[in-house]
Amino acid sequence: MARTQSAELDRKKLLADPIMVTTIVVLIAFLTLFILYPLAILLVDSFITERGPSLEVFQRIFDMPSFTTAITNTLSVGFLVSIASALVGLLFAYVEVYVKLRTRFLSGLFKVVSMLPVVSPPFVLSLSVIMLFGKAGIVTRYLLGIYDNSVYGFWGIFVVQTLTFFPVCYMMLRGLLKNIDPSLEEAARDMGASRWKVFTSVTLPLMLPGLGNAFLVTFIESIADFANPMIIGGSYDTLATTIYLQITGAYDKEGAAAMAVVLLCITLLMFIVQKYVLEAKSTATLTGKASRARMLITDRSVTLPLTILCGLIAVFVVVMYVCVPFGALFKTWGYDFALTTKWFEQVFTRYHGLEAFRDSFVLSLIASPLTALLSMIISYLVVKRSFRTKGFIEFVSMLAMAVPGTVLGVGFIRGFSGGIFHTGILQGIYGSAAILIIVFIVRSLPTGTRSGISALRQIDKSIEESAYDMGADSFTVFRTVTLPLIKDSFLSGLVTAFVRSITAISAIILLVTPQFFLITVQINEFAEKGSYGIACAFATILIVITYGSVLLMNLAIKHFGTSKYTEEA
Amino acid sequence: MAKEKKGVRLEHVSKIYQDPKTKKDFYAVHDANIDIAPGEFVTLLGPSGCGKTTILRMIAGFESPDEGEIFLGGEPINELTPNKRDTAMVFQSYALLPHYNIFDNVAYGLKLRKMPKEQIAEKVHAILALVGLEGMEDRMTNQLSGGQQQRVALARALVIEPGVLLFDEPLSNLDAKLRVDMRNEIRRIQQAAGITAIYVTHDQSEAMALSDNIIVMKKGVVDQIGDPHTVYYHPVDEFVADFIGESNFLRGKLTEKESGHAGVATIEGCPVEVADIEHLSVGDDCVLVLRPEAAKLADEGVLPCKVTLSRFMGNYQNYQVMVGDTLVKITDFNPKNHKIYEVGDEAFVSFTASDVHVL
Repeated sequence: MARTQSAELDRKKLLADPIMVTTIVVLIAFLTLFILYPLAILLVDSFITERGPSLEVFQRIFDMPSFTTAITNTLSVGFLVSIASALVGLLFAYVEVYVKLRTRFLSGLFKVVSMLPVVSPPFVLSLSVIMLFGKAGIVTRYLLGIYDNSVYGFWGIFVVQTLTFFPVCYMMLRGLLKNIDPSLEEAARDMGASRWKVFTSVTLPLMLPGLGNAFLVTFIESIADFANPMIIGGSYDTLATTIYLQITGAYDKEGAAAMAVVLLCITLLMFIVQKYVLEAKSTATLTGKASRARMLITDRSVTLPLTILCGLIAVFVVVMYVCVPFGALFKTWGYDFALTTKWFEQVFTRYHGLEAFRDSFVLSLIASPLTALLSMIISYLVVKRSFRTKGFIEFVSMLAMAVPGTVLGVGFIRGFSGGIFHTGILQGIYGSAAILIIVFIVRSLPTGTRSGISALRQIDKSIEESAYDMGADSFTVFRTVTLPLIKDSFLSGLVTAFVRSITAISAIILLVTPQFFLITVQINEFAEKGSYGIACAFATILIVITYGSVLLMNLAIKHFGTSKYTEEA
Repeated sequence: MAKEKKGVRLEHVSKIYQDPKTKKDFYAVHDANIDIAPGEFVTLLGPSGCGKTTILRMIAGFESPDEGEIFLGGEPINELTPNKRDTAMVFQSYALLPHYNIFDNVAYGLKLRKMPKEQIAEKVHAILALVGLEGMEDRMTNQLSGGQQQRVALARALVIEPGVLLFDEPLSNLDAKLRVDMRNEIRRIQQAAGITAIYVTHDQSEAMALSDNIIVMKKGVVDQIGDPHTVYYHPVDEFVADFIGESNFLRGKLTEKESGHAGVATIEGCPVEVADIEHLSVGDDCVLVLRPEAAKLADEGVLPCKVTLSRFMGNYQNYQVMVGDTLVKITDFNPKNHKIYEVGDEAFVSFTASDVHVL
């Protein structure tokens, strides 16, 4: 018994479809060249020296006290931040799904809190923490009269990262909680369990894999975070910043490559555990859709403390964000609160504001449709078609999620500054706009692909089969059926890619050349110099742009989206 | 209406799947040999997992056979992709394109064939009239009832004038009453279009009502091919007898064989006259297939029995009786003026040699 004939026939059928074959070949080439190759070159460079293969470079970096401290720092920050984020996320999710909220205000606040980190550049919170609690902080200096408070270091990073990452946990856990069948908990209540007992014996065990999942996703994000430790870390260096300094400060490219390999190994390990152990588990335990609406908790002794706690955290987060535009409007933060437009003016007159917005905007605008299209094509191939290299395509495009921006940046430097394998081939793209666009694409591809895959899984396979059966080739099926049906996902993928690109920094900061001005790089530069007025002015305009594009997307989805014909009439 | 009716032939076709749990390969379809004449309406009938849908999907091209060759209109089509095959499928879930209206759904295949606009409009209107959906061209698919969606799916398949029309359990999502109406409709339209049709179902009454020929499948193997009359009255084995309609199985031995094809079997110690026993010789074990409606309950007859269940069902009286250790179901239609036996009564099961089929 052998399945050779069907395999042979399937291969022939695939080859009869030149567009499909070309697409697959191009995709594999792209993924190999811009994701696998930069990672491979890091390995090669750090293991192979001029005198043949050796562990010399690794020995050297592990002898540096700064590097070993950075590892400890990164792991302890990551560990505590992910625990805190998962817990705060669980609190928010639980309150939203289980507790009857008395005001619409609170649910509105929740929505804002979950969206803010998405539309804002990654290090805005660091700026606000410095401005609120730092030496010249409004809270510390003016309200409390403390003149020497230092926010730099471990606690600064911890607070900022927790506030940045908990909304992601919140949204992940909210989905899981909604899928718990209320009758499970009602059965426990019915048998005499108290609410607390129900939570600890039913809800929590069901959520454990999901919590673990949220924990690891945050862990990866925290370890990979570059901008926050850069701005608020002070002398508390993490792996991402150490690698950056190793390249830009010490010009030690081999050392940086070896460090990048170490960082990559840590995130990869977590990614593999997360993807292949916990993700499967967390969905397997909660497959059933909730059969009917949950009886919300109205008991005041439960709702009051929970909502107040959530409300305080949410208000705190909102205040942190609101602080940014004010930082750009006050004459001198912490000393002179007269309103002024001088920072905004200076952005454009003295600090290449126009060029920065133009470059960031145009590059992101080119990258985002390419990313969205690419991720939809990958999702279509992964979900709807079967061919031999499908697993490779899926794995590599998801792998990019586990690659910290800094690692990718170093990989691109090592991989392309001297051409491919230092032969000079493709050297031309190094330092060009193309490489920045490619980095934008690679950085946003996993998110887009993931949302595309889940959108496509919702669509009955036979709809595409029917079009295929009517005589359409793969390309026509994709164009006339698949794409129109996942238009919503495509549009949101487009905007997500745009927002992620325009707010990206970690990989980009290593690759950008003086001819390009990017907003995030400018903000980082001014924040490091302590010119918070300018940094805030840049950040404010950036938030306006990203928030505007999200609003535009929602409008577009409302008007051209698919919901109107997928809803039952 | 079809340009050309095409026949379908499967020669030694097998399909191997891997069990996702045990990782073992198994035959989803094993050595299927089927010959369908042009213009014929054929049903693939069997319980779920018997391989009937796999056969249909192999004909459509969505699956590739592991052994054997499929012919469409005499041409081998194994290497053709679904879009190059002259087939059109009506899906279980209808699979209408939700972002198109009815007209565009039906016109989809014609547009792919680059037909001029006026001709497309003409054809779409004609086919919508045939399926009884005139004037609905501008509706979106979610504004239609299940039955109407099914008609659109049928129209969309018919309009491209395929050599063969494939149906994958098209009525299983409709309610019982509508199912009966739609199956008559499908038969009418198939006859009007004069098109070859292959229809997959697990509903034996659908198969009986629709088909010129029924292909009964069991665990990936073609068990019997025949017209409804043959598979009902002359099933090849107990599986077919049990799957199509209801059957009583009376087990015994052949004790006498006359020169022709008649003889006597002994069931529960009683002699029973049987016919059509060429395949048996004296002393062989045999099974008598007796349909519940072919048996009668009477004061005298072939097999003595005791009534264990007697229920009035309106159009029939439902009996269960014990003949020795064998349970026999008997259906007595229009019982108004018949004698009614009660539980505990002694009676006889009565039938003639032509009422039973001997396995």
